Amino acid sequence: MDIQLKINDIPLTVPAGMSILDAARTINIDIPTLCYLNLHEMRLNNHIASCRVCVVEVEGRRNLAPACSTPVFDGMVVKTDTQRAVLGRRTMVELLLSDHPKSCLTCPKNLDCDLQALAADLGVRNITYEGEESEFAIDKSSLAIIRDPNKCIRCRRCETMCNDVQTVGVYSAVGRGFETVVKTAFDLPLHDTSCTFCGQCVAVCPTGALMELDQVDKVWKALNDPTRYVVVETAPAVRVALGEGFGLEPGTIVTGKMVAALRRLGFDRVFDTEFGADVTIMEEATELIHRIEHGGRLPILTSCCPAWVKFFEHQFPDLLDIPSTCKSPHQMLGVLSKSYYAETYGIDPQKITVVSIMPCIAKKYEAARPELGQDPVTPDVDIVITTRELSRMLREAGIHFDHLKEEDFDHPLGESTGAAVVFGTTGGVIEAALRTAYEWLTGKPLENVEFEPLRGMDGIKEAVIPIGKRDFRIAVTHGLGNARTILEKIQSGESHYDAIEIMACPGGCIGGGGQPYHHGNLEILEARANAIYQEDRSKPLRKSHENPAVLKLYRDYIGEPYGEKAHRLLHTSFTKRPKI
Amino acid sequence: MCNNPLLKDPYQQLDDYIDSIPYKKENLILILHRAQEIFGYLPDKVQWHIAQKLDLPSAKIYGVVSFYSFFTMKPRGKHVANVCMGTACFVRGSEKLQKEVESQLGIKTGQTTEDQLFSLDSVRCIGACGLAPVMTVDGKVHGRLETTADIKQALAKYRPEGTPEEAKGSNSNI
Repeated sequence: MDIQLKINDIPLTVPAGMSILDAARTINIDIPTLCYLNLHEMRLNNHIASCRVCVVEVEGRRNLAPACSTPVFDGMVVKTDTQRAVLGRRTMVELLLSDHPKSCLTCPKNLDCDLQALAADLGVRNITYEGEESEFAIDKSSLAIIRDPNKCIRCRRCETMCNDVQTVGVYSAVGRGFETVVKTAFDLPLHDTSCTFCGQCVAVCPTGALMELDQVDKVWKALNDPTRYVVVETAPAVRVALGEGFGLEPGTIVTGKMVAALRRLGFDRVFDTEFGADVTIMEEATELIHRIEHGGRLPILTSCCPAWVKFFEHQFPDLLDIPSTCKSPHQMLGVLSKSYYAETYGIDPQKITVVSIMPCIAKKYEAARPELGQDPVTPDVDIVITTRELSRMLREAGIHFDHLKEEDFDHPLGESTGAAVVFGTTGGVIEAALRTAYEWLTGKPLENVEFEPLRGMDGIKEAVIPIGKRDFRIAVTHGLGNARTILEKIQSGESHYDAIEIMACPGGCIGGGGQPYHHGNLEILEARANAIYQEDRSKPLRKSHENPAVLKLYRDYIGEPYGEKAHRLLHTSFTKRPKI
Repeated sequence: MCNNPLLKDPYQQLDDYIDSIPYKKENLILILHRAQEIFGYLPDKVQWHIAQKLDLPSAKIYGVVSFYSFFTMKPRGKHVANVCMGTACFVRGSEKLQKEVESQLGIKTGQTTEDQLFSLDSVRCIGACGLAPVMTVDGKVHGRLETTADIKQALAKYRPEGTPEEAKGSNSNI
């Protein structure tokens, strides 16, 4: 049913039950918000009206109404721009700032902070209110996420994300009144909880309360150490998002400029995680066929996503034997840099530092997992920085990103196919695996390499793909809540699949916790996904098993895919972890 | 099998209770009440146990326990005294009453005496405004506590016989 109302004297008709905020937006009237966040595609709707920044005047109502959570009614008269409303909002921000550190200049969120932007927009020039300020310990326990509860404004977006979308439930509002703050269970250090380090809480935190562990200085140190041979690798999702950090349109492909920029920073070799992705497909497709031929347990689950890996270790320890044992592509590239590449070019692997540029925060944690390294103690990947951190590094170095001439990755670990590119978005890994598995199983060339039913932003995608005489039941999910739904169906025996791709972040890696902030605009994610598919189409080779450098790797060094040496270098194991 | 509920494993008692009620997740608060009755307080371990049993995130349980002042995460004394800080009691001097009780017990509000005999908390209005200022001990209301002697007398009822009174005080107004 539709109802009629007036906002700032403009009559409009909207469906009943709509909020004042949404109604105003239909006629291009913007009401500032802070705690409010509605990411419809992710099924995240945080409208707890805790910040009161969106207050408006409603005729006949004594107090100001929060627009985000007040439904419209027939005959309603709303004023969003009266002095009372505007001053009310400013007061709310002043109150928030009265218990917020005034250290914007040194805050890692400086110039990317919603609270800061709001204070600027609302003309806050001084903070009238003085009083007690919160004093919480900063949680630096984890290898991925830093929590500074002093900067928390109690919007609880992180809690909604962690509970409703990811179903991990690490955060909860704790205490009451002034003492309320978002905490972990029993105030445990984040490292000791079931946190997957997906970083989606960081992606939606409006302030600097949740940040990635900054490892830029570690990279500078390695680059300035003449004894180190520093190798860098970049994930597919980085090249379609890095440009945003330099004012380029979302979805701009900056692969060549990114490579050039990394050379300017002084990396000895610029490799591509996509080479690792092609190797992952060689291994994973072989593993799938091996399981089918030897009666192994199905479905096979992808294991590229470290947050997803940690999720099933905590939440589904009884299913530890179904994910693929493949390491993730950047770990594969790391170990190959320190073995195959080092041996081929006569470099001491102990002197190689591998730096991964990732759209992901959990990769920081993953790189530090003790099983992901070779004896004597050398991790496959030494340092992981996010897309955001790289963008900052380039600014620190004074590199004019958009003026750079495009360059190519270094040989041989920089060669890749279109199959590796699509790893960067939801559905891509399974699509890449199918391109290879199809040709290996049927012995025939695959004409159309694009699997439309596996693409797009639907939370759970299913398809039956006939390959030879067998129908392959495929599922693709992104977002850990969707993953939970699928896994529970497998546990109960309700659903049967042959292969499932799971990515922790909504949208896949393009929506990773380490990407430039989307500030609630998910069209950015779609633009990045489109760019990924565009990059795939532009590649002369689009199937992993056609990558000549990968074939040479197997011929000269690894031997058989899924063979003995492959197991030693390219596969891993999982650990049961408690649910906290 | 032993049927004496007092000798039963407390976790088993709690599980039996949870198993006996419908709508478990929805009845979290009821379950926490029962758990506090069994254990005397709600330490991390008990909250974690409930989280596993109900398949709820332990952060959620912790959030609820920390929100309601009735729930305590610290062990409590044998007797729990609550000074009413509601409006009527406040007007009749409950702040002074609270200070005096604190001094007689030698603890601050929210703490427990060393001999584990008393825990002291505050409540907001128990509906006995006619008797203001009031304090409850183990749910029993003690009203019109206006002198140090009134308070001493009220607390003495809960001390084992022959225990020397801790605070010396004259029968002066507080």
